[in-house]
Amino acid sequence: MIDISLGHYLFLASIIFTIGIVGIFLNRKNVIVLLMSVELILIAVNINLVAFSVYLQDIVGQVFTMFVLTVAAGEAAIGLAILVVFFRNKGSIHVEDINTLKG
Amino acid sequence: MLAHSLVFYLFSFITIASSIAVISARNTIHAVFFLILDFVSVSCLFIMMGAEFLGMLTLIVYVGAVAVLFLFVVMMLNVNYSDLKSGFLNYLPFGGLIGLVLIIEIGLMIGTWKYRDTFIKTSEIKINSNLSNTEAIGNVLYTEYLHYFQISGLILLVAMIGAILLTYRRKDNLKRQDITTQVSRERSESVQLEDVESFKGVKLND
Repeated sequence: MIDISLGHYLFLASIIFTIGIVGIFLNRKNVIVLLMSVELILIAVNINLVAFSVYLQDIVGQVFTMFVLTVAAGEAAIGLAILVVFFRNKGSIHVEDINTLKG
Repeated sequence: MLAHSLVFYLFSFITIASSIAVISARNTIHAVFFLILDFVSVSCLFIMMGAEFLGMLTLIVYVGAVAVLFLFVVMMLNVNYSDLKSGFLNYLPFGGLIGLVLIIEIGLMIGTWKYRDTFIKTSEIKINSNLSNTEAIGNVLYTEYLHYFQISGLILLVAMIGAILLTYRRKDNLKRQDITTQVSRERSESVQLEDVESFKGVKLND
């Protein structure tokens, strides 16, 4: 309990990951909270990568965390842009209204 | 060692509590603020682990860019957020069950995880204790992972162009400068010579 090891960080990351997954299930109507849940999942992955990097004394994990950070930033920008365009066209951000591709 | 573990438990408690608050906050603006708190405490955890550079990068990228972007969008979209919350309790049993199963599975995996001796030989790039964290990352990032670095820059460029293109709205009622028509104008279609007789006006044929 007192000594903080790799397992502690892995467990913390898995808890945050699970919270992100549950957030996707619970907020079926609000797209913004869905995107925030995806950010939570990505930060959990980052914690995993950094914890392994420090534990194995291998810097590559931290380099890859930077790439994950880049992708997360791009994903947030594109996702929110799509959200703004969707709101302009439909006037709402309800997930149920996103059915134009249904045919 | 005791202080280290106490600080770890404090930060992880704040992280988990604010993550739960993000997905269950009634007001979306509050959810964004809890997301910021989450990112800040995760970056504190990174600094605690010894990855100072990534801690600061998380602070800059997530809090400075991503969370502020979320905040902008939440404030710009004039949405009634209270009715977006209505299905929350309907999905709670199902989502909670899935989350419980998931956390038990991952917990079992971590709990029974054994470290393999050969696993450490996956990469030859070791952390040199004489270098600072930023220096070590820079040494690797600009040599071994240069192409990955360039491609990540390309990803950011594509994301920027995509976001601008998606949200760009062309207004038709504005007068705009059109370089092509300006340059391709010819003398014959814009200037016209007329012989004007005295005491008579000019009649233009347009």
